Amino acid sequence: MGHSNEKGSTIKVSAGDRTVEIVCYIVFSIAAFLCLYPFYYIVINTISANDLSAKGDILFWPQGIHFKNYLSAFRIDGLLRAFQISLMRTVIGTALTVFASAFLGFMFTQEKMWLRKFWYRLIVATMYFNAGIIPWFLVMKTMHLTNNFWGYILPAIVSPFNLILTKTFVESVPKELQEAAEMDGAGVLTVFFRIIIPVIKPIMATVAIFSAVSQWNAFQDTLLLMTDTKLYPLQFVLYQYLNQASSLASLAQSNTSTSSLAAAAATTQTTTSVRMTITVIVVLPIMLVYPIFQKYFVKGIMIGAVKG
Amino acid sequence: MSKKKIYSLKLFLLVLPFIILVLLFSYYPLYGWMYAFYDYKPPKTLSNCPFVGFKWFESLVSSETKVQQIIQVLKNTFAMSGLTLGTSWLPMLFAVFLNEIRGVKFRKFVQTVTTLPNFVSWVMVYSIAFSLFNSTGMLNSLLLKSGVIDQPILFLQSSSHVWFTQWLWLTWKNLGWAAIMYIAAISSIDDEMIQAARVDGATRMQIIRHITIPSLLPTYFVLLVLNVANFLNNGMEQYYVFQNAFNKEYIQVLDLYVYNMAMGSGGYSVSVAISMLKSLVSVVLLVIVNGASKRIRGESIL
Repeated sequence: MGHSNEKGSTIKVSAGDRTVEIVCYIVFSIAAFLCLYPFYYIVINTISANDLSAKGDILFWPQGIHFKNYLSAFRIDGLLRAFQISLMRTVIGTALTVFASAFLGFMFTQEKMWLRKFWYRLIVATMYFNAGIIPWFLVMKTMHLTNNFWGYILPAIVSPFNLILTKTFVESVPKELQEAAEMDGAGVLTVFFRIIIPVIKPIMATVAIFSAVSQWNAFQDTLLLMTDTKLYPLQFVLYQYLNQASSLASLAQSNTSTSSLAAAAATTQTTTSVRMTITVIVVLPIMLVYPIFQKYFVKGIMIGAVKG
Repeated sequence: MSKKKIYSLKLFLLVLPFIILVLLFSYYPLYGWMYAFYDYKPPKTLSNCPFVGFKWFESLVSSETKVQQIIQVLKNTFAMSGLTLGTSWLPMLFAVFLNEIRGVKFRKFVQTVTTLPNFVSWVMVYSIAFSLFNSTGMLNSLLLKSGVIDQPILFLQSSSHVWFTQWLWLTWKNLGWAAIMYIAAISSIDDEMIQAARVDGATRMQIIRHITIPSLLPTYFVLLVLNVANFLNNGMEQYYVFQNAFNKEYIQVLDLYVYNMAMGSGGYSVSVAISMLKSLVSVVLLVIVNGASKRIRGESIL
């Protein structure tokens, strides 16, 4: 692929080819800039003097660097709790989804299961239809899962996409492994926990990362199900802040009497500083995790593509 | 019962709890379609509400203003989906030309950075949009400083170009991620074919046109067909976070309209009726495109 094999060949690079490459470099540099700069812009604004960032003066590099915004962010009413809710739904939701996907992925390779194909199709079919959000909301209400933390967790446990990923992976594990264990008297659960889990760890990591990102980013389920502010995750709280910019200033621990002093003005929270600081807090885990786990994401989408 | 039969039932019982979850959260909501045939008022239970038959379905076409509203919503839906469908070749092009870059490090860097936006939520995207484009945001500040304008432009409160700007945000978020599948497909192209073409004096553009792109078309076609099947399903999150009083007329796609009808004005029953129609049309679309795919390519996508 590409030009990596060209070194040994005697073919000269034509002028046209050269132009193609230069244009590619320029276009992709712009693309990378457009994807990276918005994040960079927000980060430098959160660590710059707040009076400058409120006026929009911070464009390319930070000025008057300080980190007070991050310290005071957690003093904002409700933010710490929102952080806990986000963390809890991510951890519990991911753990259960990973277990369910691995277990079902393995179980649906067990040909002896009663009506195996039917049940498998019953689950996979849910990828292709959708009752709609309002019917979903109405039945969630009848099941008392509105204003209930488990409303975040239970609907996400079985995901057809993750099931397809793990089942495909389990199918690539040699059948002999299971047969040998069964010869030694191992039951189906022993086979799953002792034999299968250790070999399917890579795909479990993929499912974990997909699930964690979607739990961390989830917004719509809160919008539909929750009116209890104690159950709001970070995403939702940030959305509210974005829409109630005027009430922000009072939420922030600002002190109007000191803001007249230039030194205080630089660190007094403003609507801009609060908004941007929360944005960084919400994005940061993803920014940190994503480059490390990128290969798992790519693997996931590839298996999904082959099967889906 | 034979031992074999018991074992087969035991295996089933182990997965039963999960099947129940699927029945509850994916199939039971279909029962929620019942609400479309009742006059449902929230504090009451459904059994205490009067049965009204097809009243809500008829109400969708009964009054002039209602029809106008629904036509606008359909226009928005078709425009947004149409733009996405019309530019569905962009990720392929992105992958093809990214592959032309010789520096491996630069290539990996671009790939990582451009897939990042896919992993932030729409709320985050809106927060970023707000930071860049509000009245004291990056763009206004830049334009004011350079003297291009003397009043800040309210980009996010604008009712013009809503379809296009929403398409831009969607592309910003998805392009790099959507290209990954093509990047992987490119790496599986037979290298000897490319070498042979090169020996025959083919230029890069010729190789792209006659080898790379044709070998990516099957992948493209499958994704295109799925896109068509999802024509009415834009989702609501993106449009919900970007909506405001000024752009509402042009940003309301079907999914958002259904939400606004139910949660905003309490019209649960009528919005369930719309949901229902939408789901049925989607399933029919899926069956049609799947049938077409079978016919044309001899391959089912389901």
